[in-house]
Amino acid sequence: MNTPAVQFKQDASRLSADVRHRRIIQTAMGNYEKARDQRKADFQNWEGARQLAADTKWEAIAHLDRHIEQFVQNLEARGTKVHWASTAQQARDAVLAILRDKQAKVIVKSKAMTSEEIHLNEAIEQDGYEVVESDLGEFIVQLREEPPYHIVFPAMHLTRDEIKDVFQRKLHDAPSSDPEELTMVARRVLREKYLEADVGITGANFAIAETGMLSITENEGNARLTAALPRTMITLVGIEKVLPRLEDLALFLPMLSAMGTGQTLTCYNTLYGGPRQPGEPDGPEEYHVVLLDNQRTALLADPEQRDSLRCIRCGACLNVCPIFRNVGGHTYGTTYCGPIGAVITPNLRGLDEWKHLSYASSLCGACTETCPVKINLHHHLLQNRRNSTRYKPSWWQKLAFKAFAPIANKPGLWSLVTRLGRFGQKFHGLVRGGRLDPAYAWTKTRDLPPIARQSFREWWRTRA
Amino acid sequence: MKVTLFIPCFVDLFYPQVGAAMVRILEKLGHQVVCPEGPACCGQPAFNTGYWDESREVAIKMLEALNEAEVVVIASGSCGAMLKVFYPELFAGTPYEAQARELAPKCYEFSAFLVNKLGVTDLGARFPHKVTFHDGCHGLRELKNKRPPRELLARVQGLELIEMGEAETCCGFGGTFSAKFPMISTAMGEVKCASALDTGAEYIVSCDSSCLMHLQGLIDRQRKPLKAIHLAEILCPP
Repeated sequence: MNTPAVQFKQDASRLSADVRHRRIIQTAMGNYEKARDQRKADFQNWEGARQLAADTKWEAIAHLDRHIEQFVQNLEARGTKVHWASTAQQARDAVLAILRDKQAKVIVKSKAMTSEEIHLNEAIEQDGYEVVESDLGEFIVQLREEPPYHIVFPAMHLTRDEIKDVFQRKLHDAPSSDPEELTMVARRVLREKYLEADVGITGANFAIAETGMLSITENEGNARLTAALPRTMITLVGIEKVLPRLEDLALFLPMLSAMGTGQTLTCYNTLYGGPRQPGEPDGPEEYHVVLLDNQRTALLADPEQRDSLRCIRCGACLNVCPIFRNVGGHTYGTTYCGPIGAVITPNLRGLDEWKHLSYASSLCGACTETCPVKINLHHHLLQNRRNSTRYKPSWWQKLAFKAFAPIANKPGLWSLVTRLGRFGQKFHGLVRGGRLDPAYAWTKTRDLPPIARQSFREWWRTRA
Repeated sequence: MKVTLFIPCFVDLFYPQVGAAMVRILEKLGHQVVCPEGPACCGQPAFNTGYWDESREVAIKMLEALNEAEVVVIASGSCGAMLKVFYPELFAGTPYEAQARELAPKCYEFSAFLVNKLGVTDLGARFPHKVTFHDGCHGLRELKNKRPPRELLARVQGLELIEMGEAETCCGFGGTFSAKFPMISTAMGEVKCASALDTGAEYIVSCDSSCLMHLQGLIDRQRKPLKAIHLAEILCPP
């Protein structure tokens, strides 16, 4: 099997040359950008809102211990069972134990990146249960047996014809490639599953410490049905999703929708506070919350990069990232793609195996510029690079930079190297653009300018 | 004013006319220009690749060379960002930190120096062509240099500036990134060139020769009807 780095390079090379893929993504992102800019303009003071959001999340993270405890106490007071999971394995085990206890057969699930992170669906299916994704995009990629392409738009890489094809193949029902008709097919299938399901699993966008509530934001009403119809509800949430106060949502809900989808607010915003209380007509009989750490506390211990725990998973950094826009989400080969993925994956899953994601960036900074909670994303990529060379340097690169230092520092040597380069390039034509070309990585697709007949420094000396 | 002009390695080797144009412009404005012989590089390639110790070996020389400077003008937004923004980070916690912090406010990218420091926008240049402007990422986002090059272009006689849709999108150069991930880098350059060509411009102008080297390399290989040119070359034709 290929290492993640080899797989990334292969897929990136293939997809960045795929003009059809490029067009699909560029068009979708162009539309997103227009809507996002309108929503940002709705804020009286967007930069002020960003700063407040960053400060609020900072407060939440800086006192995470206190906030999580408060959150859990409030949840437990209303009869919710809380499970603490340090690792992905513990989180999977907690969910599977509930499914066994409830003798579940069918599980419906709304969109949750944390569940992708711990590969929950695979674990559930391996234990013999049926799990159905209820978010339309997730439903489509589940049918295609692939992971979500984007953390907010899981099926954005597909055309309506491709969706029709998979419906035809898997559901034997696809009257046309009309989006509305396809949606009706999915709705018919899903409605039955909601009624059949014994357990509903959701993620959460925010966890409110003050009230012990989970905030879920969505556009299809599928999370509400996932939560309301089955007798048992499970919410899987990363510990960094905590917000101190209920009123913080007044900022974070519009901010998340503005940056995530370009909406003023998503269609459904729901707070879940526990199982059905005495006298209440509906809601699940049992409510479980699984709190996931999975290396988040290790990131919290890193003073340079702990601000990456402020992330609200809006996906805005993916949308503006020219790397993401050319290589697409699947190429990253991990749950969190784009700039935020390139920052946190090496920290969550291992620097040595995932450092290539931090190198696969031109450091343009579009991500940092757009991030609504002001995570210093592209500087963290630089720090990951530095950390990886400390941990395991590439000897030839280290040697090359060591050798370069005196050349750059000593004018005599620089001038000698300039002349050598000028002499050497006379023979470049023999190998240019071929495999023997030492500059092949450049010259395969681009011309290289010649060293000038008189360099600037040579010209400058003639003036003195 | 005594202006210390830093000409980075690739401008020195590949685009000496850009450096020469800057010297002529600054002298024409009545300033004394000095160009330190060494070092030839700011240390950014090693820094961006994660080799901060090796980067410091070059950057320390740079700090020494620029220690006495009144103002430092850098012939590249990217190297400018290295000196102004990244040196304090590179030297944080070392004995050179204070020196790096002192240097930062003295550093200007060329167009920012003309407009923000000298208050000059009209150099009496003439360039009767349609152009579009590419914001180099470091100049744009690290140095917040959106306005100065446009103000200078606005005063060039006969020049028509047509903004492209992807003006602020990275061209795909990214230093060692362009060689580590050549196919992504190339795809990004193609997106940029297509956006520039859509404007009908004859020239794509920038304050960064490194972006222009990448774009010109692609343009030449793909035989596109477009030319890459540095802002200084427009402001001071040879």
